[in-house]
Amino acid sequence: MTNYSLSLNNVQKVFGRRLIFKNINLTLTTGRVYGLSGRNGSGKSTLAKIIAGITSTTSGKIEHTLNGKEIKPEKLHDHLGFVSPYLVLYDEFTALENLEFFTKIRGNKFDKDNAEKLLEDFQLGDRGNDELRGYSSGMKQRMKFIFALMHSPQLLILDEPTSNLDEAGKSIVYSTIKNKLSDNLVIIASNESSDLALCDEIIEIEKYK
Amino acid sequence: MKALALFSKDWNSELRTRYAINALAMFILVTISVILFSIGTEKISGYLTGGLLWVVIFFSAMSGLSRAFVSEEERGTTLTLQLIAAPATIYSGKLLFNLLLVFLMNIFITTLYSLLFESFVIENFTLFVISFFFGNIGIAVSSTIIAAIISKASSKGTLYPVLSFPILLPLILTLLELTKFSIDGDTISDAFVEIAVLVCYDVIMLTASYLLFDFIWKD
Repeated sequence: MTNYSLSLNNVQKVFGRRLIFKNINLTLTTGRVYGLSGRNGSGKSTLAKIIAGITSTTSGKIEHTLNGKEIKPEKLHDHLGFVSPYLVLYDEFTALENLEFFTKIRGNKFDKDNAEKLLEDFQLGDRGNDELRGYSSGMKQRMKFIFALMHSPQLLILDEPTSNLDEAGKSIVYSTIKNKLSDNLVIIASNESSDLALCDEIIEIEKYK
Repeated sequence: MKALALFSKDWNSELRTRYAINALAMFILVTISVILFSIGTEKISGYLTGGLLWVVIFFSAMSGLSRAFVSEEERGTTLTLQLIAAPATIYSGKLLFNLLLVFLMNIFITTLYSLLFESFVIENFTLFVISFFFGNIGIAVSSTIIAAIISKASSKGTLYPVLSFPILLPLILTLLELTKFSIDGDTISDAFVEIAVLVCYDVIMLTASYLLFDFIWKD
């Protein structure tokens, strides 16, 4: 089992004059599911993006380590899976073409069988050769999970993971988190009580105002 | 290899949507037609035709090359790219795509130009090809980094030519001078200083772009 850990040291974010959060000091470790909770606009998505290295902090430091070795920021994308309502995949390409592109840009060899298996797991097996422009919002949400999981990342950040999903979709997501991601570090940013029920620990973002 | 994956994605996307190719082709045809109609039967010098060639190239670049980053921002796929690759890979992939687009676009413009303007006669073809080659690299490198800067702005259309003008001006002026030398049939050694300026411009812009891109790319 790989040992992934994430430490946030005095993390602060300010947009203009508005303080989003300050003094966040946390250590998150492999094998646990963490929930980020707080009302709308409290900074859950911002913190998720900061952890993913997409948004910079105003002050403070975030350290990602794998088996005790620090991961350089430019290599973080190899270890990270991210699902978010803001994430958009390429509509003009098919699901398989999208997955092939995401694999190749990471410098990996595209394994079509693995991609098709993931599509099957998320009940999109018969739509692999269809362009994403023909997908419903729920199907696109499931594609985002495949996008996040296909390179077997150690850290998964799931921002509102069940938005647009029906009950069947939610159940696939919940069983994936419970059964297949037990060795990963999972962070769920959500207000849905059913999403937060999966978490071992809840972090109230509003505590850091 | 990673940058090639992005280049291939952009090229396939362009072949399916034909957004930049169609816009560029229409722009080139309209601009050259306007020049032809405005000249009419007047005889114009080779120098003036050479100058007008680079005016067409500059404005064509303005109309098509910003797509590299603006299309990602408009479709909302910027976040996806940020999640899957390092900034240097993204810049390299986008630069490769713009290089191909610039070369295709400028070969098309120059060929059309040579066929339609009798006074556009190049005496030293080798010198013209050298300046054309390094000039295209300079246009692609500068346009790519400017496209990245403006992609997050609200008034992209206005900002792109405004930012490009001061950055591309030294390049266009050098290219005008080199085109004049090519029309006159001057040797490569006569134009050595201008060629050196052109190569230095490319190297400086490429280095600055890679250094700056990390800051531009991150929110």
